[in-house]
Amino acid sequence: MDFPILSYLIFIPLIGFIAVMFLPKEKLGLIRWTSAFFSFIPMILSFYLTYHYYYNFSGTAGMFYTEGPFSWIAPVHVNYFLGVDGISVPMLFLTGLLSFLSIIASFNIVNRVKEYFSFFLLLEAGMLGVFCALDFFLFYVFWEVMLVPMYFLIGVWGGPRKEYAAIKFFLYTLFGSLFMLVAILILYFSSDPHTLNMLELIETVPSFLPHSLQILAFVFFFIAFAIKVPVWPFHTWLPDAHVEAPTAVSVILAGVLLKMGTYGMLRVSWPMFPEATRFFAIPIALLGLIAIIYGALVSMAQKDLKKLVAYSSVSHMGYCMLALGAWTSVTAITGCMFQMFSHGLITGALFLMVGVLYDRAHTREIAAFGGLGVKIPIFTGLMVLFSMASLGLPGMSGFVSEFMVFIGAFTASAPNLTIITGIAVLGVVLTAGYMLRMVQRIFLGEFNREKWGGLTEMNVREILMVAPLAALTVIIGVYPAPLTNIMKATLENLVNLMAR
Amino acid sequence: MELPLYLIPLFPLAGFLLNGLLIGRLHKRIISLIACGSVGLSFIYGVKFFVDLISLPEQSRVIENIVFTWIPSGHFHVNIAFLLDPLSAVMVLVVAGVSFIIHIYSIGYMHDDKGYGRYFAYLNLFVFSMLILVLADNYLLMFVGWEGVGLCSYLLIGFWFEKKSAADAGKKAFIFNRVGDFGFLLGLFIIFWQIGSLDFIAVFEKAPTMFVAGGGLITAATLLLFVGATGKSAQIPLYVWLPDAMEGPTPVSALIHAATMVTAGVYMIARSNVLYMMAPVSLAVVAIVGIATALLAATIALAQNDIKRVLAYSTISQLGYMFVACGVAAFAAGIFHLMTHAFFKALLFLGSGSVIHALAGQQDMRYMGGLKRAMPITFPTFLIATLAIAGIPGLSGFFSKDEILWKSFSSDYGSIWLWAIALLTACLTAFYMFRLVFLTFYGEGRMDVRTREHMHESPKVMTIPLTILAILAVIGGYVGIPHVLGGDNRFEKFLEPVMHGRYHPSGEEAHALASSGYGASTEMLLMAVSVVLIIIFIYLAYHFYLKNTAAAGKLRDRFSGVHKIIYGKYFVDELYGALIVRPIVNGSLFLWKIFDVLIIDGLINGMATVIGDISTGLRPAQSGVLRTYATIFLVGVVVVIGYLLVK
Repeated sequence: MDFPILSYLIFIPLIGFIAVMFLPKEKLGLIRWTSAFFSFIPMILSFYLTYHYYYNFSGTAGMFYTEGPFSWIAPVHVNYFLGVDGISVPMLFLTGLLSFLSIIASFNIVNRVKEYFSFFLLLEAGMLGVFCALDFFLFYVFWEVMLVPMYFLIGVWGGPRKEYAAIKFFLYTLFGSLFMLVAILILYFSSDPHTLNMLELIETVPSFLPHSLQILAFVFFFIAFAIKVPVWPFHTWLPDAHVEAPTAVSVILAGVLLKMGTYGMLRVSWPMFPEATRFFAIPIALLGLIAIIYGALVSMAQKDLKKLVAYSSVSHMGYCMLALGAWTSVTAITGCMFQMFSHGLITGALFLMVGVLYDRAHTREIAAFGGLGVKIPIFTGLMVLFSMASLGLPGMSGFVSEFMVFIGAFTASAPNLTIITGIAVLGVVLTAGYMLRMVQRIFLGEFNREKWGGLTEMNVREILMVAPLAALTVIIGVYPAPLTNIMKATLENLVNLMAR
Repeated sequence: MELPLYLIPLFPLAGFLLNGLLIGRLHKRIISLIACGSVGLSFIYGVKFFVDLISLPEQSRVIENIVFTWIPSGHFHVNIAFLLDPLSAVMVLVVAGVSFIIHIYSIGYMHDDKGYGRYFAYLNLFVFSMLILVLADNYLLMFVGWEGVGLCSYLLIGFWFEKKSAADAGKKAFIFNRVGDFGFLLGLFIIFWQIGSLDFIAVFEKAPTMFVAGGGLITAATLLLFVGATGKSAQIPLYVWLPDAMEGPTPVSALIHAATMVTAGVYMIARSNVLYMMAPVSLAVVAIVGIATALLAATIALAQNDIKRVLAYSTISQLGYMFVACGVAAFAAGIFHLMTHAFFKALLFLGSGSVIHALAGQQDMRYMGGLKRAMPITFPTFLIATLAIAGIPGLSGFFSKDEILWKSFSSDYGSIWLWAIALLTACLTAFYMFRLVFLTFYGEGRMDVRTREHMHESPKVMTIPLTILAILAVIGGYVGIPHVLGGDNRFEKFLEPVMHGRYHPSGEEAHALASSGYGASTEMLLMAVSVVLIIIFIYLAYHFYLKNTAAAGKLRDRFSGVHKIIYGKYFVDELYGALIVRPIVNGSLFLWKIFDVLIIDGLINGMATVIGDISTGLRPAQSGVLRTYATIFLVGVVVVIGYLLVK
């Protein structure tokens, strides 16, 4: 690559953030299209990066694209250091795609448009930064940078209980990041010479850090990441945040932000603290199991469509945790990454669809609908498609990831894991239960013509918004090899690192 | 040039995509041309490959086609690949053939439906999935087809989704199948765990060395696979979805819920025969569940009034029969019955569809009767199918059913009890089927005048499929004439390489099967007994439902308690509702309202309140008065210095 593509990825939306701030606030069209432009470029860059990585590096492990390290704050050894491998490339792809789609989905925002879009671009810069950063300070900065726009996006443009949801989200996450900060400081002060370079620390931490401190740092990082995932019982911020957040923010929240948690574990905790990982493997798998079953059961009880999808995320991210508990199995870890990607597509799409319905009906109460299949067949068809993808129907991406997680964890030659996985498979039944129940109560049955006779079909913009997600879900469900090839070498290497 | 196998499922997929994406944009004629044409092409290619297959020497009858690597990750590796051997060849011909006939029939049956395009798109998707299921060369791809047919079943049961009962039935079918899938998946995991592959050939080759015969793991794996089969093939305890599935259009009931999809479980077990042969306990479970289901469903069928429901319970019962065959290690007999059943049961459903069509949607037999004359093609074809299912000598059902009866008695895994109950079931089958025929076609018409005036035979596009199926229902059995009747059971011989030759060189169970130890005279005797009993039960049906109709009512009143239980289908649905569904729904509400909202959020909000209170308490300290700050600062400095000095 003959230009610093990662820096471009991060700084273009950042420039967009500033540029949009300087636009006159009444020129709504200009603001929208400028924002679209500033998120379109990173999307194309992320596609290009993925393509390039796939063709040149997918067979080999390690950081191939690095930019830096350039000394940034020398006295405390802070560097500007970016790099990507098979874990981050799919996440950048997902972030680029979902950010652009979300911006498009936000064109119907009318309140304080300028601030909304500039916050959104800042958020995008933060997200892309997290997936590229290889220096802890930088990582932490990007991590916190996301928090602020997210807080405002929920708190200002959200639903009726937006303040509560926003502050809950903010405090939860801040609580977690404080633990992360302490853990980073432990690493910094214990290393000699002091360093914040994540790659170096992955190499050296197991040898220089005392056992007890490794456990402690692992737990601190885990709290920070677990809140993001969210791992049960840290999940209660999620349904509130989702229900109150505007559609596009929900998409980003579910599609990208949740993945930061599992990404952090794969990038930091697991390779850096292999001993602690082994120590906590079974409890982590158990947390995954609880999330799968608990999330599915609670989804079943939901009356609000968006909350149902939100809780389904808790359940689906549980598969990732289960896989992370089965750290010896490359198949399970691949399944984890695949699930992160696939869940981003499917749940992102589901939230977009919920938004489309809400825009028309001004309610998300499942019981308020019925028989909509008669009136809006395209919407119904797509919603059924995404529901099927979500419940893991073969031929779509969700099945591939769930299956890899299950078979990897089941055969990871740990009897406890085999049992845990065996129970976790019940999730496929429960997921079918709540998804089909939802489909039935909204789209099937008798149609209330008086109440919903005026409902209109999806327009072209909305269809185009979800079409790429539908296509990708099917494509990587039928032919997952490109995605698994990108991750393969990196993940094999990761499992070796963890086996140290 | 060698044609690849994947063409067989590819045609219906193309048909699905064309009709599915251009929904509502095409003329009906074109829609049906695409749909029927694609399935017809599949059938033609199926025949072509069948011919290729039988031209190969007997022991090497396998055609493989690897399309691409599907899931590669770590140690796990699975292909999209197809395998044609005698077993899958039979299935392809049955599936594509019967599907084609039913597609044609549907042109007439669905002609006035506004969802015409959608219907045919789903139907093609079904054929595609079913062909994937039977052609897959590994368990995972088979599972893809398995789930695919489940999806189509869901979509087609709920085809008229504005009707709440139809939507409910679709959901029920899907969820019950998912319960089965839970078992199926776990079974796959155990197989992969022990063998390191899911490819049929590898699994069956390695199983004898990687599993301990009769051990816990192989027993668990086969039992779990069987759980999957009970879901798909509607056996105890997961059978309750199938009767409700009759909410779908009748051709769908014929194709999916009688002839093809529901037999997938039988196919899967026959396919896995090597594994089951290693797990005698599982075989016994299969046989017991099969026979119990066969009997239970037959008793329920005695008392139902809805013509399609009778047929649905009959299907469950016949599937139970096939499982009995598998359970006594007579896999070929199970597949034989699967095939003949596909012909006559499809015919029965299509015939009932023709009746329903003639009566403007009436499905209740209490409002039928005397249709014999009005339906000169439907009636005789229906009668042929009924004779076939009853097991009257000379028709297809006789051969396959008798084969199962004989094997349930003579096999090393069989017993006289198994045979006796199977025979009882056969008698009940003859009884309820003739009850159905007498109530529908004979006696006085009990429909209202308007309906009676509009009664008519169905159009040619529907009656020709009936005729073809009737021919098949007669001759279908002649490929498997048993030795005792002078035949050489070519069907069994054809399947032999799959059942226990190729994958299992030792041929132990071939030996076990051959040494049944009973003579031809025993077989003839049992055959005679069953034929006589069946004819007696047909007479009984005649007696109660045609000759002396009051007697039926009297009988019912006499045993009103029993009748209520049978009519209420043993209240299994209610039981499941109370024992499983209710607790889950209540439990989910509890977890949400109590655990999530009250406990976790309560803790967190409580913590926030406490922190808020503390900070409120501390607020006076931040008075903004500089002097106070300076004083506190000074005190602090003194304390620190003092501490350092003392230390």
